Amino acid sequence: MAIFLDENSRILVQGITGSEGGKHTRRMVAGGSNIVAGVTPGKGGQTVDADGTSIPVFNSVSDAVEATGANVSVVFVPPKFTKGAVMEVVDAQVPLAVVITEGVPVHDTANFFTYAQNAGTTRVSGPNCPGLISPGKSNAGIIPADITKAGRIGLVSKSGTLTYQMMFECRDIGFTTCVGIGGDPVIGTTHIDCLAAFEEDPDTEVIIMIGEIGGDAEERAAAFIKDNVSKPVVGYVAGFTAPEGKTMGHAGAIVSGSSGTAAAKAEALEAAGVRVGKTPSEAARLAREIVAGL
Amino acid sequence: MDLYEYQAKELFAKHGVPTQSGEIVTDASQAAAAADRIGGLVVVKAQVKTGGRGKAGGVKLAENPADAEEKARAILGLDIKGHVVDKVLITGAADIAEEYYVSFLLDRANRNFLAMASVEGGVEIEEVAVSNPEALAKVAIDPIEGVDAAKAAEIVAQAKFPADVADQVADVLVKLWDVFVKEDATLVEVNPLVKTPDGQILALDGKVTLDDNADFRHPDHEALVDIAATDPLEVKAKEKGLNYVKLSGEVGIIGNGAGLVMSTLDVVAYAGEEHGGVKPANFLDIGGGASAQVMADGLEIILGDPEVKSVFVNVFGGITSCDAVASGIVQAMGMLAERGDAVDKPIVCRLDGNNAAEGRRILDEAEHDVIELVDTMDEAAARVAELAAR
Repeated sequence: MAIFLDENSRILVQGITGSEGGKHTRRMVAGGSNIVAGVTPGKGGQTVDADGTSIPVFNSVSDAVEATGANVSVVFVPPKFTKGAVMEVVDAQVPLAVVITEGVPVHDTANFFTYAQNAGTTRVSGPNCPGLISPGKSNAGIIPADITKAGRIGLVSKSGTLTYQMMFECRDIGFTTCVGIGGDPVIGTTHIDCLAAFEEDPDTEVIIMIGEIGGDAEERAAAFIKDNVSKPVVGYVAGFTAPEGKTMGHAGAIVSGSSGTAAAKAEALEAAGVRVGKTPSEAARLAREIVAGL
Repeated sequence: MDLYEYQAKELFAKHGVPTQSGEIVTDASQAAAAADRIGGLVVVKAQVKTGGRGKAGGVKLAENPADAEEKARAILGLDIKGHVVDKVLITGAADIAEEYYVSFLLDRANRNFLAMASVEGGVEIEEVAVSNPEALAKVAIDPIEGVDAAKAAEIVAQAKFPADVADQVADVLVKLWDVFVKEDATLVEVNPLVKTPDGQILALDGKVTLDDNADFRHPDHEALVDIAATDPLEVKAKEKGLNYVKLSGEVGIIGNGAGLVMSTLDVVAYAGEEHGGVKPANFLDIGGGASAQVMADGLEIILGDPEVKSVFVNVFGGITSCDAVASGIVQAMGMLAERGDAVDKPIVCRLDGNNAAEGRRILDEAEHDVIELVDTMDEAAARVAELAAR
């Protein structure tokens, strides 16, 4: 088992004819994902070749879904078109939209997220996220497929490269699913959504959650863990030394006043029984210890 | 981007929010003339991007032009929570009957927007929220539906605004919502919103934060950037499309991915505790690609910081494998040499991930005097801190 994405996932790529969309489509195909369609308005009828696999391009998401039965969309379109692209996914009732695009205005994200909530048909992940991977089953986004294997850990992270770092450090144990939820102030799928899904997933035995400064998502996740998660959870929070008022790369990563500090987040997680590593390698070591004791 | 009060008020005026205009001066000698043009009592207000100006002596009433000049002289150069005042706003002194508070902001937890309003304005709203939470109305705003007259009336009713100003405040709320949406703001705050003795509603102060991601649909927002107040290395980095934040330490940091770089800052700061208290000199995320060009640009920025004593290049090879990253570093060193940039500070590299062995081999064979390869992030942090402490 895995969460949100598995061997039955049929992926369409929005923005497949763009350079990023094309490049990562080839990577996803090479990594074993079932990419069934691409969408670029005005380019319907063309095909995209991904190292020998021919992928049909459609003008709209609904056309693509009708023809191919796609049930996941990975969105690579530029920021100014992202809101419209996600609304199209919702209108076509595709169950999962993975929004890779970086730099989406937060008003647009709030809008398409609300639109998806109102429709109730589509889980949105991202924006500004690396996507998610269920190793050995499917990969939707830009996470490198060959740095880890299938296994017993569930991973949820705000940060892309820290996701990869952790996948790599624990590659001998392996993962059910790794979800990069993104570092924007408003994101569609949260730590809590993933924790809940990992708790339900019989193959996930240990959960690693990676957070970073800004907002209070980690504190809310801690409260959720306390009441709802029975599986062992290991945490790591980046940005202990980040100064107040400076945005650290992610639009959401800013310490404002007394809120959003890494120390407060780590403390909240520890109070909920999460074992928190001071560095990524320490978190990996804690996960390793837990797995060894299972 | 946070705006200065005077910039926020310009946006308010653009969207019809009643406010007071004024004049910005950067030299006390200009203050008298400005006060003379405005006439009567004026207020001299420090323009800094932080709260608590009044308490810090950054807001003063002046009775006449000469007094305005004196007050401006006292305020210019003042340090308010680390922000040195380099400009003041001279504006007419409004008579105040009552002070209110209104704001719109992003609600990250609920992934929508929030309106806050109180009839107890003029003080720090965080204090009201703690001491008298019932006095602060909070109303969730649906991002799709927004704030129309009916929603504004609901906010006004919840905050219990007096009947004589209810309609006016509701009208101001609709216009402030326009500022919030049409300017792509993540915060619009007015404290105080005042009622004058003759019953007018005026925004006497303004705090606005704009969403940089929306710059593409607001070419006019570029003019709001205060280049003079931005660190010159940050300006240079932005021109090169790099995500750079200047910090106060000695260890230059380059990495790929915001989270990994943040994590690197932490690991270096921990290691620094063992090595004379050295700290990270910057945050620099060169992104997933980590091409030679980007690596060279990043190194150039970091080596241009005179406070930097050693550099930590921390790359995880995922999408871009380590051999490509290593070639990038080697090429970058060549590019820097061609540009005439002296590379005389030690550079500690840690490469991990895809094709790490091949990447390390490439760096080894390049035999650069200043480059040192270390296997893990923790060991590399210890080494780079040690080098900076020398």
